[in-house]
Amino acid sequence: MGDWMTVTDPGLSSESKTISQYTSETKMSPSSLYSQQVLCSSIPLSKNVHSFFSAFCTEDNIEQSISYLDQELTTFGFPSLYEESKGKETKRELNIVAVLNCMNELLVLQRKNLLAQENVETQNLKLGSDMDHLQSCYSKLKEQLETSRREMIGLQERDRQLQCKNRNLHQLLKNEKDEVQKLQNIIASRATQYNHDMKRKEREYNKLKERLHQLVMNKKDKKIAMDILNYVGRADGKRGSWRTGKTEARNEDEMYKILLNDYEYRQKQILMENAELKKVLQQMKKEMISLLSPQKKKPRERVDDSTGTVISDVEEDAGELSRESMWDLSCETVREQLTNSIRKQWRILKSHVEKLDNQVSKVHLEGFNDEDVISRQDHEQETEKLELEIQQCKEMIKTQQQLLQQQLATAYDDDTTSLLRDCYLLEEKERLKEEWSLFKEQKKNFERERRSFTEAAIRLGLERKAFEEERASWLKQQFLNMTTFDHQNSENVKLFSAFSGSSDWDNLIVHSRQPQKKPHSVSNGSPVCMSKLTKSLPASPSTSDFCQTRSCISEHSSINVLNITAEEIKPNQVGGECTNQKWSVASRPGSQEGCYSGCSLSYTNSHVEKDDLP
Amino acid sequence: MNFSEVFKLSSLLCKFSPDGKYLASCVQYRLVVRDVNTLQILQLYTCLDQIQHIEWSADSLFILCAMYKRGLVQVWSLEQPEWHCKIDEGSAGLVASCWSPDGRHILNTTEFHLRITVWSLCTKSVSYIKYPKACLQGITFTRDGRYMALAERRDCKDYVSIFVCSDWQLLRHFDTDTQDLTGIEWAPNGCVLAVWDTCLEYKILLYSLDGRLLSTYSAYEWSLGIKSVAWSPSSQFLAVGSYDGKVRILNHVTWKMITEFGHPAAINDPKIVVYKEAEKSPQLGLGCLSFPPPRAGAGPLPSSESKYEIASVPVSLQTLKPVTDRANPKIGIGMLAFSPDSYFLATRNDNIPNAVWVWDIQKLRLFAVLEQLSPVRAFQWDPQQPRLAICTGGSRLYLWSPAGCMSVQVPGEGDFAVLSLCWHLSGDSMALLSKDHFCLCFLETEAVVGTACRQLGGHT
Repeated sequence: MGDWMTVTDPGLSSESKTISQYTSETKMSPSSLYSQQVLCSSIPLSKNVHSFFSAFCTEDNIEQSISYLDQELTTFGFPSLYEESKGKETKRELNIVAVLNCMNELLVLQRKNLLAQENVETQNLKLGSDMDHLQSCYSKLKEQLETSRREMIGLQERDRQLQCKNRNLHQLLKNEKDEVQKLQNIIASRATQYNHDMKRKEREYNKLKERLHQLVMNKKDKKIAMDILNYVGRADGKRGSWRTGKTEARNEDEMYKILLNDYEYRQKQILMENAELKKVLQQMKKEMISLLSPQKKKPRERVDDSTGTVISDVEEDAGELSRESMWDLSCETVREQLTNSIRKQWRILKSHVEKLDNQVSKVHLEGFNDEDVISRQDHEQETEKLELEIQQCKEMIKTQQQLLQQQLATAYDDDTTSLLRDCYLLEEKERLKEEWSLFKEQKKNFERERRSFTEAAIRLGLERKAFEEERASWLKQQFLNMTTFDHQNSENVKLFSAFSGSSDWDNLIVHSRQPQKKPHSVSNGSPVCMSKLTKSLPASPSTSDFCQTRSCISEHSSINVLNITAEEIKPNQVGGECTNQKWSVASRPGSQEGCYSGCSLSYTNSHVEKDDLP
Repeated sequence: MNFSEVFKLSSLLCKFSPDGKYLASCVQYRLVVRDVNTLQILQLYTCLDQIQHIEWSADSLFILCAMYKRGLVQVWSLEQPEWHCKIDEGSAGLVASCWSPDGRHILNTTEFHLRITVWSLCTKSVSYIKYPKACLQGITFTRDGRYMALAERRDCKDYVSIFVCSDWQLLRHFDTDTQDLTGIEWAPNGCVLAVWDTCLEYKILLYSLDGRLLSTYSAYEWSLGIKSVAWSPSSQFLAVGSYDGKVRILNHVTWKMITEFGHPAAINDPKIVVYKEAEKSPQLGLGCLSFPPPRAGAGPLPSSESKYEIASVPVSLQTLKPVTDRANPKIGIGMLAFSPDSYFLATRNDNIPNAVWVWDIQKLRLFAVLEQLSPVRAFQWDPQQPRLAICTGGSRLYLWSPAGCMSVQVPGEGDFAVLSLCWHLSGDSMALLSKDHFCLCFLETEAVVGTACRQLGGHT
């Protein structure tokens, strides 16, 4: 069938289909001729087919054709074309109605078939185009595959090359390593050889030296002598003592004494350090206890809590603290206790701090939804407004200045007016004075305005602070309220009570203030001139700290550090007359000409550099 | 800052007496002793030949003048100018001479390091110490003057002998585990002796006074090792500078390294202040503001002015390419000095010769870097405070303190090329030495400045 379909003309396929139906039934066909014709119709010749149709029914075989059709139709389930006869002998009549019905039905069928065929054809077309598309896709993919295959081969090739290279490099590395090893061996062997030779030479040299010594020293060289006027006394005023076993023992004793002293000194230092560290530990402990003690009241209410036991520990330790003298006795006994308790407390503190942090972040989040944001916005708006106003004022001042200058310029720039100027001078002067006073007044006004603005800003800040305080108390209240409702949250309250409730909004303030705050190291314990300079020298304040911690080296004085700067800066700040004084302090009379006067000095220091800049 | 007039000098021989009262200087074969305050000549001694070395005795009563070429040492007394003493080493020769800490004995090292002769000024006795080692720093005395450590070499092995200086009795004698000992140095507290090996091997050993080996430290193998060693005045730290351009700080408790200070040519840390010496001609300087303003009428105008500028990081310092095929290559830490309070350490990396690094020992980090226009010749700390004086062989003196730094032109006709300097122990003045001249530089003390300011305050 498939072959057929491809061969036959699509326009005639309907007929050929019907024909095929016929052909399937050819065995039933009475006329061999017809069957032959049908067979002939398999040859795709339209004319043939037509002729076959026209030849189906002739005048001679109407009856036959009818009966054939009837037969065929009945086999297809159509009603018989003949009228139902009552008797056998009577010739069956052709029922026209039935024929027409059949025809009609056949036509309908035909139409349906045509429609179906059309559908099938369009589908076929679609499928054909799909097929094409798929084919093109296929070819493309094939191409792609090909290229990727080629690429892969290329990559493989490269990989192989790289591997080859790698192998080579490895080989090289190994060679190099071997080389290094060899060289090291060579160096070592050379070194040993060198040492050996050196030793040999040294031995020779020693022999020579010995010989020389003998020659030089044993010759009773008269030159080797000391010519001295008279012997001087010993520095310590004592007389030299004979060398005996006693002096040897004494020397030993002294040496050990020195060593012992050194060790004692070091021990003392270590003891001091230890004491200090202990003190720090103690203080830390105390502070921790005081920090953590406020929660003691709370846990009484709670029964099952892990911190409860620790708090009892804290109480215990607090009791221990009263026996402070115990700390000084010996570290051994107390050490473990101390470290353990400190560790515990530290853990508690850490967890608290963590919780606190969480809380703070929470509060932060809440805070964003609060009115606080609005107030901040207000504040910003206000400041913006103020800034704008200040800007406007400044501009006004500038324009006025310009006007004044212009007036002055116009008054002065023209040469011809210089004659007239004299007469107008007084008038102008007065006018200028007036203007000047006006200007001054305006300036004052502006100043006042500015002051009021700053005051307003300060007030705003105060208000803000008050508000924040309010807010903090409100938050506190809220948290307290929360605890009354919610027992699980009681820990938060405990925190608040422990850190007096202000820690979180303190944090907030710190956050908001940070950008304004500038890191500035303040030098303590240094002279006035130093405080300006230490900005660039972070070490100077800490030197004093170091002095405190290490009292063993106490000579250092941070005041002396800046000797030079002090003396170099002062005269310049004060004026020129001082320099002359300073630079002419005489060393020796009579030798002053141009010796110390030609001294140029330049001085640099980070701060000063900055000052130079406008 | 004031400068004295310029005096003649030869072979850079100029020394303050240990008590700070006198200043001895040599001009050819003459020894001149001056008063430090008035600079008047107190004594003038004439030696037999050109003086090559001078040294004050610890009590400032005697001065030793060595004439190595003639194998002679002459000693002069300050109290009795007519007193004289001449020691002739004869054909044995002389290569080094020094005082013992008591100021009554002189230790002469003969040529080829055959022996050390100990001459006494009190008695006729002469002692000999055989087998001294010919090395960079073979003799060292404890600060209290009680003991002397001496490096020795016998049978191709290094030994250290510790003598009691009062009667030259041998206290300890032990061999050291070194290939070729190069130097020894007592800790300032006199209880620990640092011994380091030749530069071929990085090795430093620490011995107790009683000869026990306390510790050994070696940072690396194969390449060139230790170049310089310095104890902190507190005896807490031992700084070891090596050829790899690093300083390693050892502590006095475990004798392990606390930290190492590298000396890279590029400085990136913005915390570090880099002072760069900048030269500019005075003509250019007139227009712009400078601090301090150029002093008008300050004698003969210098050809150019120099001042420090603060370089913005990152800074790359001028480096010298070391010639590696020569012996003693110019690399590594060649100079090391702790400030008297042990708070700072100044170093110089020899392949970055223009720069001085100042390290903060409290925080164990770099504090400041000074880059000069020419190679640094010498630097020395003020004995009283953390103040560093630097000279570069030019006519300027440079001073650094934690507050900042400055450069000072040394006045005088012609160029006064400062080759070396030494502080007076009070820290108020220092001697600047050039090839054949020297002058004193007086730094005002704070009291002087204070009174001056007060006076001015009264005037205004």
